[in-house]
Amino acid sequence: MFSPTQHGESMLKKKDEFEDILEERRNSSDLRYALRSYTPPLYKEVTPATANELKDMVLQSDPLCFVVRQVSTESGRPVDEVQAEASAILEEMAHGLQLSTVRFFAFTLSKVFKTLFRSIHVNEDGIQRLQQAVQENPVVLLPSHRSYLDFLLMSYILYTYDTPLPVIAAGMDFMGMKMVGEMLRKSGAFFIRRSFGGDKLYWAVFSEYVQTLLKKGYAPIEFFLEGTRSRTSKSLTPKLGLLNVVLEPFFKGEVYDVTLLPVSISYERILEESLYARELLGVPKPKESTSGLFKARKVLSEDYGSIHVYFGQPVSVRKLSEGRVKRSQFNLMPRHIPKRPGEDINKVVIELAYQLVQNQQANMVLNPFVLLATLLLQNHHQSLASGQKPGMKLQELTDRALWLRDLSRLFGACLQWPDDRPPAEVVSSSLRLHPGLVTISEGRVQLALPGEPHGASSPEEELFNQAVIILSCVSYRNQMLHVFVGPALVASAMNISSSTQKNEIANSHSFLRNMFFHEFILCPGGTNQDLSMSFDLLEKARALDVFSHHVLVPEEGHRTLSFLSSLLDPFLQGYQVMETHGRSCCESKGDTLTDKQFVPDVRKFIVKQILAGRLKYSEVLSSDLQKNALAALSRLGAVQKIKGSVLGNLKVNKVMVNWLEDTLGEKEAA
Amino acid sequence: MRRLPLTPVTASHRSAPSIHKHGSSMASNISGSSSSSDRQRVAQHRLRVIAGHLQRSAESDSVIQAAECKASVSESVAADSETRTVPRRRQEIMKWNGWGYSDSRFLFNKKGQAEFTGKRYRLSGLIIPGLKDWFEGTFGANLQHKSPATPILNSNATHPPNLNKAFVEELKSTGVPFSHDTEDRVFRAHGHCLHEIFALREGKVGRVPDMVVWPNCHNDVVKIVELATKHDVCLIPYGGGTSVSSALECPPEETRSIVSLDTSQMNRILWIDEKNLTAHMEAGIIGQDLERLLNEIGYCTGHEPDSMEFSSLGGWVATRASGMKKNIYGNIEDLVVHIKMVTPQGVIEKGCVGPRMSTGPDIHHFILGSEGTLGVVTEVTMKIRPMPEYQKYGSVVFPNFEQGVACLREVARQRCAPASIRLMDNEQFKFGHALKPQVSSLFTSFVDGLKKFYITKFKGFDPNHLCVATLLFEGDREKVLQHEKQVYDIAAKFGGLAAGEDNGQRGYMLTFVIAYLRDLGMDYYVIGESFETSVPWDRVLDICRNVKARIIHECKEKGVQFPPLSTCRVTQTYDAGACIYFYFAFNYRGLSDPVHVYEQVEHAAREEILANGGSLSHHHGVGTLRKEWMRETISSVGMGMLKSVKDFVDPKNIFGNRNLL
Repeated sequence: MFSPTQHGESMLKKKDEFEDILEERRNSSDLRYALRSYTPPLYKEVTPATANELKDMVLQSDPLCFVVRQVSTESGRPVDEVQAEASAILEEMAHGLQLSTVRFFAFTLSKVFKTLFRSIHVNEDGIQRLQQAVQENPVVLLPSHRSYLDFLLMSYILYTYDTPLPVIAAGMDFMGMKMVGEMLRKSGAFFIRRSFGGDKLYWAVFSEYVQTLLKKGYAPIEFFLEGTRSRTSKSLTPKLGLLNVVLEPFFKGEVYDVTLLPVSISYERILEESLYARELLGVPKPKESTSGLFKARKVLSEDYGSIHVYFGQPVSVRKLSEGRVKRSQFNLMPRHIPKRPGEDINKVVIELAYQLVQNQQANMVLNPFVLLATLLLQNHHQSLASGQKPGMKLQELTDRALWLRDLSRLFGACLQWPDDRPPAEVVSSSLRLHPGLVTISEGRVQLALPGEPHGASSPEEELFNQAVIILSCVSYRNQMLHVFVGPALVASAMNISSSTQKNEIANSHSFLRNMFFHEFILCPGGTNQDLSMSFDLLEKARALDVFSHHVLVPEEGHRTLSFLSSLLDPFLQGYQVMETHGRSCCESKGDTLTDKQFVPDVRKFIVKQILAGRLKYSEVLSSDLQKNALAALSRLGAVQKIKGSVLGNLKVNKVMVNWLEDTLGEKEAA
Repeated sequence: MRRLPLTPVTASHRSAPSIHKHGSSMASNISGSSSSSDRQRVAQHRLRVIAGHLQRSAESDSVIQAAECKASVSESVAADSETRTVPRRRQEIMKWNGWGYSDSRFLFNKKGQAEFTGKRYRLSGLIIPGLKDWFEGTFGANLQHKSPATPILNSNATHPPNLNKAFVEELKSTGVPFSHDTEDRVFRAHGHCLHEIFALREGKVGRVPDMVVWPNCHNDVVKIVELATKHDVCLIPYGGGTSVSSALECPPEETRSIVSLDTSQMNRILWIDEKNLTAHMEAGIIGQDLERLLNEIGYCTGHEPDSMEFSSLGGWVATRASGMKKNIYGNIEDLVVHIKMVTPQGVIEKGCVGPRMSTGPDIHHFILGSEGTLGVVTEVTMKIRPMPEYQKYGSVVFPNFEQGVACLREVARQRCAPASIRLMDNEQFKFGHALKPQVSSLFTSFVDGLKKFYITKFKGFDPNHLCVATLLFEGDREKVLQHEKQVYDIAAKFGGLAAGEDNGQRGYMLTFVIAYLRDLGMDYYVIGESFETSVPWDRVLDICRNVKARIIHECKEKGVQFPPLSTCRVTQTYDAGACIYFYFAFNYRGLSDPVHVYEQVEHAAREEILANGGSLSHHHGVGTLRKEWMRETISSVGMGMLKSVKDFVDPKNIFGNRNLL
C-alpha cells in the first residue's frame, strides 16, 4: 500500500544535498557557537510551559487521575498514596531541559566530534522540511539507532540549525551513570524503564507524560522505533509501544495531525563496533557507568570517518490513516478512560511502523567499505569451503566492488562512492579506515583474522577471536541487506523450490519471508507486492526474465543470483542449525526445555558444528541471529513458549520441526 | 381577500397600551423598531387592526371558534395585506435567487464603501466602513472582480409543468388556490444551500415542482393529500423555504407530477389558552409573525431560530428546530404540546393535551424531524410565556477561545446560562468588528479606541487570540441583574472582561444580516456556508480546532487559490455538551467548478465532525444533503424503525422528497 509512494519519495530524497556541519566548527569559535542566540520556530498552537508546569499538568490530567483512582480501588491503597507514587514515577521519568546544559553539550560535543569524525553531513532540505513541519503539527523524530551517540548527535544538529530541541525517550540504564544521567536529563532526555508491561500506573504516567508533551506542542518528541541500538547494523523490527502512545492523540482527535519524521543516521564506522561483536558473542555488555565512559577515551584517538544524517520526508498520520481508520470508535466513551484501539488502528500502526523503518533504511548512506566487507566475507566463506587461499587481489576486489556498486545503485541504494576518484584509490582508502578488520599483504586483501593458533588458546577461543572480526565485518555487510533482501529472497526461493514456475517460487518466497520476519524488515502482509517488485528489480538487473507463469535465468544472470542467494545463506544455515538443535533437544531431553537452558546449549552446539567443519558461518554464533531464529521457530509453530512458568519454557513441536527440516533441507539437495 | 393574521382569540382584555409597554422595553433584535419610523407606522397600524379584533371577540365572547376555513371567506376585502409577511407570490417581496427581502442587501457603493440597503434592519441605510478592508483582506477579493448574478429568470430555464390532469381537475373543484406559473414553481424548488443559490444566480434551474398549491386550512390539506394519494401525485410540503439541507430539492428521478404544498396561507393563531399558557396555531405561520402577534397581547413563545423572519412553525416541527433562547424556553420539542399532521393514512394527533404522557413512544417524535416525509403538519399547540419584563444584552472578552469555552462549560455546569450565550472565535470577533457601522460621534470612536487599548495593551490580550461571548438576559429586572452578575463573576474566573451591551446586541443583530452577506460575497467570487453540530463538552475544543484546520487543508488540497475563512462559534450550551456553528467561505477565482470544490470541502468537514464525536446535525436536519451518514448516526436497526414507519404511513411515497432515509 505504501511502497509505490515510498519508492517515489526515496527517488526524490536522493536529490537532497548534504552539508558538512563540522566544517564551520573547524573555522570558527566553538564557544561563540555554544553561546549564540537560539530562537527556534515554534508550534503554532504551543502552550508555553516550564518543565514543572508540565509535570503538574500530567499529574492533574483526567487520564492519570482515572488510573490513580482505579489502582487505588483495585489495590485498596489510599488515593493519596497512589498519587504520590505516580508523582515519584514522573519525577524519575521527566526531562528537565535547560538551555545552559544544551550549550555545554554544544561546546564539548563540537570538540569531541571534530576529534572523532572527519565530517557530519546533514541534508539541509530535510532540516527545512522539519522546521516547516514543527510549526504546523506536533512532530515525532524517529532516528535509526546504531550508537549511543545518536541522540546527542540529533540534538547537536537541531541546535546547530536553530530547530526546536527534542525531548528524547531514553532507557533507564543511562540513569545509572552518575552526573551523565542528570546531564542528559537536562539536555532533554526523559527516562523510561525497560519493561513495565503490567504496571498500569507506570504506563499511565508514561503515556500521559508523552502525550502532554505532544499535545501542548512543547517540543518534538524523539524516540527510537527499533527500541534499542542495533548491534548488527541491521534495522530491528519496530517496537509499537511508544508509537502507539504518540499516535493516540490523533486517533482520539486531540490533535489535528501528528507528523512523523524518520531520520537515518549512517556511521562510516560505529564507535561501539567491537563492543557489539563481543556482546553478540555472549560477553555481556558492560553496564553503563561514568568510569566506563572515561575508559572509552581510547576510542577518541581513532578515525571514525564521516557521519551522514538524513532527515526524511515528514509522514502525516492523518493522510496515512485516511479512509482506513474510524476515529469515531472513541465517540461513545470519555476519552480519558483507557480503551484499546480497534483492529483498523492496529493494522495502520503496524504498517506505518514498518514503513518508517523502511524509510530509515532507504536513506541510509552506504560507504564503499560496506561493499568491500560483503565481498571479502563471501570470499572468506568460499575459500573455507573450497580450501583455497583466502583473500583477493586488490584489482579483483576493485572490479568486483565496481560490479556490486552498479548493482546496488540499480537496486536503489544511497551509495556514497566518490565517482570522481579512481576506483582503486577509493577501495584502498576505505580499507585503510578499518585496519582492525582487513589486512593488505602482498597485494592481497583479506579479513584480518587472528593467524596461526597459539599454543595457549583453545580452538574455541580461537574461534571466538575470529568471530569478533567476522561479526564486525558482518555489521558492514548488514548495512546493505535492505537493498538486496527482496531480490535475495526470490533468489533463495528459486533455490529452495528448485523450480522456475512462478507459483512454486512464490510459495517458497512466502515461506522464507514468513520465517525471516524477525530478521529483516518485511512489512506484514506485503508478500505479493514484495514478490512482484523483486521480480521487477531482477529483470531490471538482467538477472531474470519473468514470464506470466515461469521465469528464466539468462546466462549473465547467474552471477547476480548466486551473489544474492549467498547473501541469505548464513541466515538460512543458521536457522537450520537452530532447528536441528531444537530437534535433537527434544529427542534427548523430552519435549520441553527452558529458555535459559536453550541459549547456552545452542551456542555449544553451534561451536561444535563449526569446529567439525559442518558449518562455515561463524556469524551464526551471533545471539541476535539465534534470538531471531527462535522467534521464527515459535512463530511457525515449531516451538511454543509456555506461559505461566517462572522461566519461559519452550515446547518443541516435532511435526513442525520435521516439516521445517524438510523444507529447508531441499536447499542442500538443490 | 381579507385574511386576518389573528382571528378571534380567547377573551383577552389587555388593552393596546399594555402591549405597547412590553414592546417598547424590548430592544428588538430583528428590526430595531425604535430606529425606524417606518416600522413604527406599520406596527401601529397592525396594533389598531388587532385591537379591533380583540374588542369584537370580547363582545361576541366566542371562545375557540377557529377551525373554520379561510377558503370560504370572501375575497373582497384585501385591505391589510401588509399584516401578512408572506404573500402567495413570495417573489414580490423576496429575492428569487438570494436571501431575504428584495429591498435589503449589502453592496459596495461608488466610493467602495459597504452599505446595507432598505429600512427593515438596524443596519439598514448605514455605511459599514470596515467591511471592505476585511473582505478584501480576508478573502483576497477585489472590488474590481465582480461575479454578478443573472438578473432575471429566463422562463425557458424550466421544463413545462408535468401536470396530473385528473388531480388538477379535482383540485379545482375544491377551490384551493394553485398555480403553475414558472416563477412560483422555481421559488419553491430550492432551499438556501450554497449550490442551490449559486445555480439560481447563474440562471440554472433543475427539476422544479410542477405546481404550487396554497391550502388555507387543515381541511384544505386533508383534501389535497387525499387527492394526491388517489392520483399518485408527489407532494413536497413547503413552509418558509429556509432549508439548508437540500430538503426542498425535487428528486431528479421523480417521474410523477410534483406538487409543492405551500403552507404560508395557513398562518392564523387559532386560539390562546391563558390558563394553561398555550396557543394553537396553523403551522404555516412564520416566526416573526407568530412572535409579533403574541407580543402584541403580552406573550411570546420564545422560540427564535436565526431564520425566524422566514421559517414557519411547521418547518420547525418537521426539522426539530432550535431557538436562540432555548435556555429559557426550550427547543421546539420542549415547546410543542400537540401536533396535528395530515398523512396519506389520515390525520395523526393525540387525544389530549396532557403535559407529559407515558403512552409508549411519543408519537410526536415520529413527526418531529420527519422532514416532510410523512405528511403535512397543519396545526400545532405550543407553550407560550408572558413576555419578559426586562431584556439586557451583554458581552465578555476572553483572552483566548480555550478560556471562553471553559467559561461556557462552567456556566452550563452551574445551570445559569442566560437566555442566550454564544462564544465567537477570534476570526468571528474580527468579522463582527468589521461589521461595525460608521460611528457618528468622535466621542464614540474615542471610547472604542480606549476600550481597545485597555483590552489589548493594559490587559495584555492578544488581538489575534482574544474572543468574545455575547449574552442575552431576560426576565424580571432584578433577577436579570442578579443573573448578569453571576455570569460575569464566572467569566472573570476565566479571564473574561465585560465588554459592554453594544457588542452583545450587535452580535445578535448580525445573526439576521449575516445571511445577506453571503449574497454580497457571491457578487465578488466569494462563496460560503455555515453548518452546525452538537458535541459533548470535552470535545468542543478539539472539534473546533480539527474541523477548522480540515477546512483550510482541504481548500488548499482542492486548489483553492486563497486562504479560506474558517471560523466557528459555540451557540448553545447544554448540560452535557454544546452546539457549534462553523462558517466557511473562500474566494473561488481560478476554480473551474467552485461549487463542486465547495461541496467536497463541506463533505470533508462533516466527516471530520463525525470523526470527532460531533452529531450529524443539531438543528439543520438531514435532508438529502446528509443522508449518507444516517446509518452510522442511528444504526441499521434505527434506520429500519424509521423506514417501517414511513412504509406504514406513506406506502405510496406521496411525500416523496426523499429526505432523511
